[in-house]
Amino acid sequence: MTLAEMQFSVPDLGIASAEIFVLAMACLILIVDAFARDKRRTAAYALTQLALAGAAILTLAGNSGQLFHAFGQVLADDPASGSVKQISYTFGEMYVGDLMGSLLKFLVYVSVAVTLSYSRAYVQGRPDMARGEFYALGLFATLGMMVMISASHFLTVYIGIELLSLSLYAMVAMNRDSVAATEAAMKYFVLGALASGLLLYGMSMLYGAAGTLEIQALSQRLFADEANGIIVSFGLVFLVAGIAFKLGVAPFHMWIPDVYHGAPTAVALFIASAPKLAAFAVVIRVLVNGLIVASPDWQTMLIILSVLSMAIGNFAAIAQTSIKRMLAYSAISHMGFMLLGMSAGVVAGNPRLIFSAYGSSMFYVVTYVLASLGAFGTILMLSRAGFEADEISDFAGLNKRNAWYAAIMMMMMFSMAGIPFFVGFFAKFSVLQATVAAGRLWLALAAIFFSLVGAYYYLRVVKVMYFDPPASAEPIEAATDAKLLLSANGLAIALIGIFPNALMMLCAKSLVDSIVF
Amino acid sequence: MTLSHFLILAAILFAIGIVGIFLNRKNLIIILMSIELMLLSVNINFIAFSHYLQDLAGQIFVFFVLVVAATESAIGLAIIVALFRNLKTIHVDDLDSLKG
Repeated sequence: MTLAEMQFSVPDLGIASAEIFVLAMACLILIVDAFARDKRRTAAYALTQLALAGAAILTLAGNSGQLFHAFGQVLADDPASGSVKQISYTFGEMYVGDLMGSLLKFLVYVSVAVTLSYSRAYVQGRPDMARGEFYALGLFATLGMMVMISASHFLTVYIGIELLSLSLYAMVAMNRDSVAATEAAMKYFVLGALASGLLLYGMSMLYGAAGTLEIQALSQRLFADEANGIIVSFGLVFLVAGIAFKLGVAPFHMWIPDVYHGAPTAVALFIASAPKLAAFAVVIRVLVNGLIVASPDWQTMLIILSVLSMAIGNFAAIAQTSIKRMLAYSAISHMGFMLLGMSAGVVAGNPRLIFSAYGSSMFYVVTYVLASLGAFGTILMLSRAGFEADEISDFAGLNKRNAWYAAIMMMMMFSMAGIPFFVGFFAKFSVLQATVAAGRLWLALAAIFFSLVGAYYYLRVVKVMYFDPPASAEPIEAATDAKLLLSANGLAIALIGIFPNALMMLCAKSLVDSIVF
Repeated sequence: MTLSHFLILAAILFAIGIVGIFLNRKNLIIILMSIELMLLSVNINFIAFSHYLQDLAGQIFVFFVLVVAATESAIGLAIIVALFRNLKTIHVDDLDSLKG
């Protein structure tokens, strides 16, 4: 691009309409909250949920109602009918609207809305957190995730990641009189900034090698063999390390246990759910859409990351007494498992398997987020003002106190452990299937071994809930909407486990309609 | 001065930044300085490549990195202030309440 080529044309704002709406609502919430006297922050909460609902409608209708049609097709069990691969770019190719982006954004709204609903009572009981800023920051983080999901240029990838991370640092530190929370925020901040530095260094190297920052153009230059291969590989190492930090896979996982443990549970739930979807989108955009030519390099890196995360995550989780720390190590192992699918796409230079492999990874992330929401949701239900239910022993005898919550927590644990017929089983099964199809039997066997190790600590929670004497006889009180949502969350885990096809088809279809290289 | 001179300078600064984060056991402010050094060394990379390729996109990227680096410092300092109020120290070794 030289000065003479620069000309201004009005970008197609329709693709970014949901983002613009969320941004406007976040600013509105900041203003409304400045005048609000209500200690419960009902106005800010209601406006946040309204913003998410509005964004969901805009995303469903956006890009000629692509997502809405896809839902219809999958429900009618006819995913191929009238399928048009519609991918639109705007803002000078920096921003992309496609089916995968719409679907992931929709799931992000659902996940954030559920998170905020579960957190409502928890936040109200803590004066430092019961502020409009909690909701405004949540929306800004959502906006960051939306930008990450729709990014088709390294600049938008970077801006999206930073917007998400900066909002999360502040949210972790919101409970500012707590030593644990501020310490967690500091560790998260330092390691997050380090990750951004690595990511940027990788981007600058790829820019130098290929002469472009646009992901599609980068892919074309690589196919045309116009880029310096050594510099590309050098940049790729830093890029993968940066993304691995954000995903939280070993050996870049150090922040995850401390942040999950130290952060207020509501914020830990936020970090454990929606950002995983956005990070997955970045992996697809950058590594698959942009760097598929370098797939032999990054697949090897992902395999190493994946085996390390499954080993470290599952073994370290056994030793934990804090349920938040246990779920943190479990998150590391789950992200490692997900990367198995990402590394099984291209076999010996043949991209025949990419849709089944990446589709299985996407299904894995979506179902993991669902189970994670339910597990943290149960912790939030058990917490009260001045009491955190963050030890595994706090769950003792939950069955006697409230059988339904115990059943929901059990379903989440079974799903994460991969016990049939909960949804986590099919997620693990499809990733393993992709791994075996790629000819990596030993990798699949290792993954099964680590999952078996993992089953131990999930089942321990179930044992504590059903067979240990109750820790307290206090009845569990929760708001009706949160109770209903948690029940729906538990039922979703069971129902998608019995009928996984619709979601599986939706994931595969969204990738088929979105991957270009 | 060729392109590789700038790239080597940037690589050295970047390495100093990373080493500064991991070897520093004293002061949190030094970590903040190391982070800044990392981001600025990346800026040198972008500008050098941008000049070499005769392409403006790299220099525009630098402005965004600068802005984000500024916001990052702001949030980092805010967290340090909150931490100091709780711990009465900003020594890295004293951040040890979370373990396991």
